[in-house]
Amino acid sequence: MNRYSFASLVRHGIMGHRGWKPAWRDPEPKTNYDAVIVGGGGHGLASAYYLAKNHGLNNVAVLEKGWLGGGNTGRNTTIVRSNYLLDSNARFYEHGMKLWEGLSRDLNFNVMFSQRGVINLAHSKGQLEAFRRRGNAMRLNGIDAELLNRDDVAALVPGMDVSGDVRFPVEGGLLQPRGGTARHDAVAWGYARAADRRGVDIIQNCEVTGIRRDHAGVSGVETSRGFIASKRIGLAVAGHSTQLAAMAGVRLPIESHVLQAMVSEPVKPVLDTVVTFGAGHLYVSQSDKGELVMGGDIDGYNSFAQRGNLPVIEHVAACLLALFPQFSRLRILRTWGGIMDMTMDGSPIIGTTPVPGLFLNGGWCYGGFKATPASGWVFAHTMATGQPHALNADLCLDRFHRGRALDEKGAGPKPWAH
Amino acid sequence: MLLIDCPHCGPRAQTEFSYGGAANVARPPAPEETDDAAWIEYLYLRDNAKGQHDELWQHIFGCRRWLQLRRDVISHEIISCSELRRPLAEDGP
Repeated sequence: MNRYSFASLVRHGIMGHRGWKPAWRDPEPKTNYDAVIVGGGGHGLASAYYLAKNHGLNNVAVLEKGWLGGGNTGRNTTIVRSNYLLDSNARFYEHGMKLWEGLSRDLNFNVMFSQRGVINLAHSKGQLEAFRRRGNAMRLNGIDAELLNRDDVAALVPGMDVSGDVRFPVEGGLLQPRGGTARHDAVAWGYARAADRRGVDIIQNCEVTGIRRDHAGVSGVETSRGFIASKRIGLAVAGHSTQLAAMAGVRLPIESHVLQAMVSEPVKPVLDTVVTFGAGHLYVSQSDKGELVMGGDIDGYNSFAQRGNLPVIEHVAACLLALFPQFSRLRILRTWGGIMDMTMDGSPIIGTTPVPGLFLNGGWCYGGFKATPASGWVFAHTMATGQPHALNADLCLDRFHRGRALDEKGAGPKPWAH
Repeated sequence: MLLIDCPHCGPRAQTEFSYGGAANVARPPAPEETDDAAWIEYLYLRDNAKGQHDELWQHIFGCRRWLQLRRDVISHEIISCSELRRPLAEDGP
């Protein structure tokens, strides 16, 4: 099997790079699988990979309506962090952070994970106190966190306006040094290649149109390429979780909303960390190509359109210029939108459902990318054993019925407010 | 930019409005007689229709009245907009 290495690069280079093979097969769907995962984004592919690697389940298919990583995996702002307040979230995302740290080696695929740090800015004493609390909570959970004063922030981000003469002066911030960014497409491709090598069938252009149920639970999926039988079905289709779950008669505490992101034209290296603005809503980093990658809030109303509206773009640009006035002459190169599963408490839903054999991985709000490895890890465990992993026991759908919502922001059951 | 035709103020930009979520969610009328399943349905579960969606908006920078819209969530087309009435009529706003 082709293993990527410096030696293979040299070998193929000598032959003019004409000998590279496709990174994964394009098989016809079989009639029967031990497990079927719907959705060929990062989460679905990671789940298939860990099903094969950790649980020895190789007769697995990933069904994708379009192409791999064409949904939110290819639309996010690539930020990876685990700076959460609540224990259940912190432990889960920190497990993901640890997987990120070894991911390129594990997959034999460079996901370009760059631990350049994530800084949350505080603009008032009160906000800084809240960050102190969150930082302490993170440290109690074994996560790195550093409280910064204004001088620390100025030293870390030299180009930023930290003068006191602005509407939202920078008081300080909370830094997670191990946070950073990763190459989003490479995550999907790396997991796809590694899963394929373990025998997983990745089937693109295969839309699931129905879920067949029997007395015991589920018996398979109807697809645009015929019926595929399986006693285990995992949904990893964030954005359309409601529609897929409805095929099995399950109602979800989810609304779909559009989240936009955008990039500026590329410039020379100017920002070597991830900065989030705490007064409005902005997160910005610089890609390896030189583009400033930015995002903000969801547009704030139900939407299945993968495009948004100008008010959010204007808000994001305004926040950016409040921090970095020197970027005022940069032009926005591209904007796009993705459809988020927004849950009623702002935390993801990953685990079992009321239907035996049907598993749900969704509700990622707009924090799904960083969770990709951890999500695959615990979802594979849940699908293989029928029981949630200790790390997603609190993230299951039944938390809403048990009154155990995980509301990180304290925003209440208003999906558009998270 | 959504252009919302407020029945009181005329067509206004979406930035004057605040979103209020799905319109077809009614609080259980008799809390003491309501079981857990009905509370969960009211609090958490949503149709999340992919197509026409009935929803609430408040004209916070205008007349401050609550409005109900029927909007296509794929094309973002606003099909109708009217004063909020309870209960929501079967055929929508």
